[in-house]
Amino acid sequence: MHILVVDDEPDVQSLFEQRFRREIRSGELRFIFTFSGEEALTRLEDQHSEIVLILSDINMPGMSGLELLESIRESHPMAPPLVMMITAYGDEDTHAKALSLGANDFLTKPLDFSELKQKLKDTL
Amino acid sequence: MSVASFLIVFFFINYVRKTLDTANKNVWLDQQLVYLRHFSIALLVGQMILRDSVLIRMAWPLVLFGMVLAVFKLDFFRPVRSVSISLIPFTAVSFLSTFIQLINQDFYEQFDDYLNAARFFAFVWVFALWLNNRKQEKALENERLRREQQEQLSKVTEAQKNELEVLVAERTAELRLQKEELEKALDHLKATQNQLIHAEKMASLGELTAGIAHEIQNPLNFVNNFSEVSVELVEELREESQKETLDTELVSELLSDIEQNLQKIQHHGKRADSIVKGMLQHSRTSSGQKEAIDLNALADEYLRLAYHGLRAKDKTFNAKLVTDFDASLGKINVLPQDLGRVLLNMFTNAFYAVSERKRQQPQGYEPTVSIRTQRVQKQIEIRIRDNGTGMPEHVKQKIFQPFFTTKPSGQGTGLGLSLSYDIITKAHGGTLEVISEPDAFTEFIIRLPA
Repeated sequence: MHILVVDDEPDVQSLFEQRFRREIRSGELRFIFTFSGEEALTRLEDQHSEIVLILSDINMPGMSGLELLESIRESHPMAPPLVMMITAYGDEDTHAKALSLGANDFLTKPLDFSELKQKLKDTL
Repeated sequence: MSVASFLIVFFFINYVRKTLDTANKNVWLDQQLVYLRHFSIALLVGQMILRDSVLIRMAWPLVLFGMVLAVFKLDFFRPVRSVSISLIPFTAVSFLSTFIQLINQDFYEQFDDYLNAARFFAFVWVFALWLNNRKQEKALENERLRREQQEQLSKVTEAQKNELEVLVAERTAELRLQKEELEKALDHLKATQNQLIHAEKMASLGELTAGIAHEIQNPLNFVNNFSEVSVELVEELREESQKETLDTELVSELLSDIEQNLQKIQHHGKRADSIVKGMLQHSRTSSGQKEAIDLNALADEYLRLAYHGLRAKDKTFNAKLVTDFDASLGKINVLPQDLGRVLLNMFTNAFYAVSERKRQQPQGYEPTVSIRTQRVQKQIEIRIRDNGTGMPEHVKQKIFQPFFTTKPSGQGTGLGLSLSYDIITKAHGGTLEVISEPDAFTEFIIRLPA
């Protein structure tokens, strides 16, 4: 039950670790943190079977979250992990584009962690 | 003898009337002179009829004497006095001979020849002097005419001079007007230039706003998230402290997390703060005071602002950012606002170039913008490189000229690079160079004295 988090802001890691401290401690959820789309792809290659959900930021330097989503959907068409996109720009275009590229959900920053927890509980 | 007297009286009266212009200047005297002339004619005629009347013979010297006396007595006759002098001998001789004739006819007849000779010479003398006088008067008249001509000439010259002066004054006024108009135009141009510079600054600020919003939103999210989670952590800590057996490991973990969170809140708060300050600084006019600043931090900040600014406008845009900062740079003395504008301009151009190339070549192209700082000998070198569209030679030669732009009209003021060039070379005493290859790369190299 690994969740891959992709965000170029390193502080996202400690934020998640603290927000989900109970779940992490109980072994309910496990997180893998990567800081770019490229890094996320490599981790996906290595630990593909363990990852069940990807939480990715859209706005990142280099490979963007949407490009990451596109390449995931292209390279793993058979066993797609769940992908949730996070973005600071909660506009309709980006939302539609993310969904058309095969995103399972769309969240806007600042993240509402209780909502996220609920969604994780529902989907997993 | 009477004929000679008559001639003298007649011509002298004419001479006096003409010379003194009595007809106009003294009508009464003129009248008297005319009467005298009539009288002399009557006298001559009378003498011819009456033949040697003693009375008439006596009359001539008296008339002559009276004339000479009047001329010497009255100031009005002063101009003709010199000529009258010539009459004195003739008058005297006439008087003498008439007088002798009256007293002693014999004696008179005895010396008749001498007296006649004397009268003749006196008469000739009158005419000689008269002629001489006329000659002199003619010379004077000529001199007067010459003077008059000269005067006329100088009057003409004077008039011409005045005319010229008027012309010069007109021209001067015209020139002054033109000068004032030119000065006004120059003032307008200066004002327009300032407005343009201001507009350019505001335009670049406009490009920044979206980036700034994003860059502030991010740290604010962290501040909110970390403070929320800290409240949770404190709650958990309180629950733990009420338990009978204290899990010391958990307590210390919670405490260190809270501490870490507070540090992060502070860090992100400061980040937002510096962005707002940077934005204010950017819109403010330069203080003209150099400050020691961390060049790497300034460059990094503006790189992010430019990137997010462009991304906010074009959400499909993306680029790889490569930073290679020389940590040993230390603080550099620069004009932060001005240098910030230069960097922003370079980054904006770089992102524009890569996004254009991405549009032309959507597949297999990775837009990359990089910045490198390093100390080279006694200079600080900043290299801003993009792998965008690049520039042909003829464009490269013009990019630092004011109002030159390759962007579609309305998208660029064409002042960015020209202002950047001035800021680097004039305000900082540095150099700004560019190397480029079409469809390959563009690299701006800023060198500042350290």
